[in-house]
Amino acid sequence: MLEVEALTAGYGGIPVLRDVSLTIDSGEIVAVLGANGVGKTTLNRALSGLIRPDGGAIRFEGTRIERLAPPEIVRMGLIHVPEGRKIFPTMSVRENLELGGYARARTRRAANLDRVFALFPRLGERRRQLAGTLSGGEQQMLAIGRGLMAEPRLLILDEPSLGLSPRLVEDLFALVVRIAAEGLAIMLVEQNVVQSLEIAGRAYVLENGRVALAGPAAALRADPALERAYLGM
Amino acid sequence: MLKAEILLAALANGLLTGAVYALIALGLTLVYGVLHIINFAHGATLTAAMFAVYVAHQTFGIDPYLAIPLLAPLFFGLGYSLQRWVIGPASHGDDGNILLVTLGLSIVIENALLAVFRSDTRSIEVPYGFEVVELGPLILSLPKVIAFAGAFAVAGLLWLVIARSDIGKAIRAVAKEKTGAALCGIPVGHVYAVTFGIGAACLAVAACLLMPTFLVNPRIGNAFVLVAFTIVVLGGMGSIGGALAGGLIIGVVESLSGLYLGESLGQIGIFLIFLVVLLFRPTGLFGARA
Repeated sequence: MLEVEALTAGYGGIPVLRDVSLTIDSGEIVAVLGANGVGKTTLNRALSGLIRPDGGAIRFEGTRIERLAPPEIVRMGLIHVPEGRKIFPTMSVRENLELGGYARARTRRAANLDRVFALFPRLGERRRQLAGTLSGGEQQMLAIGRGLMAEPRLLILDEPSLGLSPRLVEDLFALVVRIAAEGLAIMLVEQNVVQSLEIAGRAYVLENGRVALAGPAAALRADPALERAYLGM
Repeated sequence: MLKAEILLAALANGLLTGAVYALIALGLTLVYGVLHIINFAHGATLTAAMFAVYVAHQTFGIDPYLAIPLLAPLFFGLGYSLQRWVIGPASHGDDGNILLVTLGLSIVIENALLAVFRSDTRSIEVPYGFEVVELGPLILSLPKVIAFAGAFAVAGLLWLVIARSDIGKAIRAVAKEKTGAALCGIPVGHVYAVTFGIGAACLAVAACLLMPTFLVNPRIGNAFVLVAFTIVVLGGMGSIGGALAGGLIIGVVESLSGLYLGESLGQIGIFLIFLVVLLFRPTGLFGARA
């Protein structure tokens, strides 16, 4: 479904990611792990078209997308739920969700709204409330719900656990498993190694902008190299 | 002490003029709210629109009010194209550059108008130019009453579009959270251009409403936009309701200070208010607290 080949990307000609290759198949949960500043967010920004890569190729369902603009990529079904949520604080929960279906699945908006409210009942209760007044956990639910409104084929979740209590992270990850069971692929980009490896099938570990480790989550959990890569020792 | 009727008349006239000021401020505040820059070409665009009304009337015999359905879409297209294919690309993705590009654009437009129309001051004559409406003790100029109603109609329509329509929601989304909007598949460049287009269309309507009572020369827009800028600051940068309220307040202040201090000093009151607002409530009457 997604093939990233020798991707080099960065800002102002200075590469943050170097020669990164990875693949995600439909229906998989794939974790992309790494400490702060290893290039996880740069990878996501390149995948969703927010930055143009300096080299390499990105194929989504067989089509090259590395030169496409974000709306075109969204229309193909690759949806990026960004780090820091980036919801619209002065708009209602409902309006936020409606905008999630702006470019894709527009005609099925009402049905998708019901689906998101069923998945996140709290959002349904607060549909008229301004998004900026939600708690951190609710805002994260809203960001994911907004992504689901576009009926993603691949959903990129960028640091969804950031700033949430351990209890909320557990609920959130359980929900991610439920969403994945509907058949879409999920790329879970996280610093939270232990819990991510529990729900992911496979994982890539980034270090200094390169893929340091890759493999099935179960194998990586037992691999002492993981700790080394992650802690940079 | 002045008689109550005179005071009332000054108040009413201030409100009538203020509504058109508000309409001019509307485009400025909308562009600021979404692109976070002051559009320095706003004044020149207004001048161009006023000349367009002038030409439509003198050359083609089109009444200024009937020119609204022609000029509003034309200026929407003009504003859209300018932002999409001139200002946007020339600013290379840096919002700070947009400001400079609009400044350059205003110089180009002004001088182009100066080259074509010379610096003469012109006006048009319409049969209803001096007609009045009697409202109790008040005698109001008919074109000004029409301008007042027109400005409110446009403001109402704009509010409806921004609050309810899909493009309005996209505009609000881009205004607050550009990256989040792009990741929803909202084409940010298109939304910027639509916003600019709406701003220019407001100016075209304002020009049509103004021309029956005002004159036009290649620098006239700046006088209006200086006032409009005060309104935007007074009402709160980016606030539509603020622009409306601010416009009416400024219109009344100008009219009253003209009454008490003499016509030539009328604008002093405006800039006193401007200073007071900046000192005590820098985010404006309706603006979010910083």
